[in-house]
Amino acid sequence: MQHSTTQDTLVGLFVVTGIAALFYMALQVSNLGTYTGRDSYTVYAQFRNSGGLKVRSPVSMAGVRIGRVAAITLDRDSHESLVEMHIEAQYDNLPIDSSASIYTAGLLGEQYVSIEPGGSADYLQNKSRIDIVSSAIVLEQMIGKFMLNKAEGK
Amino acid sequence: MTNLLETLGKTTRASFAKIGRGTFFLIHTLTGLRDMLPRPNLLVRQMYSVGVLSFLIIVISGLFVGMVLGLQGYYILSDFGAEESLGVMVAASLVRELGPVVTALLFAGRAGSALTAEIGLMKATEQLSGMEMMAVDPVNRIISPRFLAGFLSMPLLAAMFSALGVMGGHLVGVGMLGVDDGAFWSQMQNNIDFKDDIINGVIKSVVFGFVVTWIALFEGYDAIPTAEGVSRATTRTVVNSAFAILGLDFILTALMFGDI
Repeated sequence: MQHSTTQDTLVGLFVVTGIAALFYMALQVSNLGTYTGRDSYTVYAQFRNSGGLKVRSPVSMAGVRIGRVAAITLDRDSHESLVEMHIEAQYDNLPIDSSASIYTAGLLGEQYVSIEPGGSADYLQNKSRIDIVSSAIVLEQMIGKFMLNKAEGK
Repeated sequence: MTNLLETLGKTTRASFAKIGRGTFFLIHTLTGLRDMLPRPNLLVRQMYSVGVLSFLIIVISGLFVGMVLGLQGYYILSDFGAEESLGVMVAASLVRELGPVVTALLFAGRAGSALTAEIGLMKATEQLSGMEMMAVDPVNRIISPRFLAGFLSMPLLAAMFSALGVMGGHLVGVGMLGVDDGAFWSQMQNNIDFKDDIINGVIKSVVFGFVVTWIALFEGYDAIPTAEGVSRATTRTVVNSAFAILGLDFILTALMFGDI
């Protein structure tokens, strides 16, 4: 096989295309593109039941994603679920009396934390805790309650 | 009965001997890589025949696999009213499994068989012995550049396959079937993790590239130097590569995603 500069060029093109494909995968397909390198601060919320919430689930306010769930642990004393959220630093003006709820996107979609702003002029700081919370709605519990009410009504 | 035992023992010994030869061959190839550093031209030439010439089949297969995934996924997901998850389904199946595995299978068929046939024919026409006569180590000169070229090309080809597959899925899902464009990408980006999915897929393709190239080169080098021997060796390359790829894929998947 004769060695030629065309071959060099084609091999170079091949390698560049391959690396471009890797970058495409990283930025367009995976979450790396949405991971803005921007700073974030940590906020905690304690729920009676965090349901199907997962690490990296979105945290949103008014439908806009403002952060992610970073960790979900069981609080040893209260036996409640302690959810650690990373909020992007640009949203540093969340009132301190904001409330956090766990909602489901669609009927069977994934669960996310929704933060409703309060009216206070003080803002949530790093490592502060949201006190007003409402837990995830567990479908089985709701159905159970509904059946119980039905039974009592008769 | 004695005959049966004798055959069994012979085959067992022969297969162990082959694994042993294969291991020594691999070590020889890897040490040969050092001598290759001052001659990058050898690598470029092999990258051309192993990588660039496999480019077209990989790209076209990737596009069509992605399009089929888009169609099939849409019909299943639309039963559950979850068409928006099409992007996740296409990307996850490509990045985690189909990208590395199908690329490796195609690579074994396209580049691996060619490598075996080339080396086997070199052996049959005594080119390898001729090199040895001139005090040129044929493994260093012939095998090592091909090994490195295969090892480097495979992850690049797998990445192209997956990227084109995602584009194909997008073409069918968003372009033809009317899935929402924003939901397609955002769901995908929310659910495909860079470390867990993309990097693990790349690791898989690196492992497959290593194993397929090793098998192909060794089968060629170890072939019986006749026309029939070379043809058998080529067949063995494709069959053994397929076994190795699918078996290793199971082990790697269990290690990577087992705890989920």
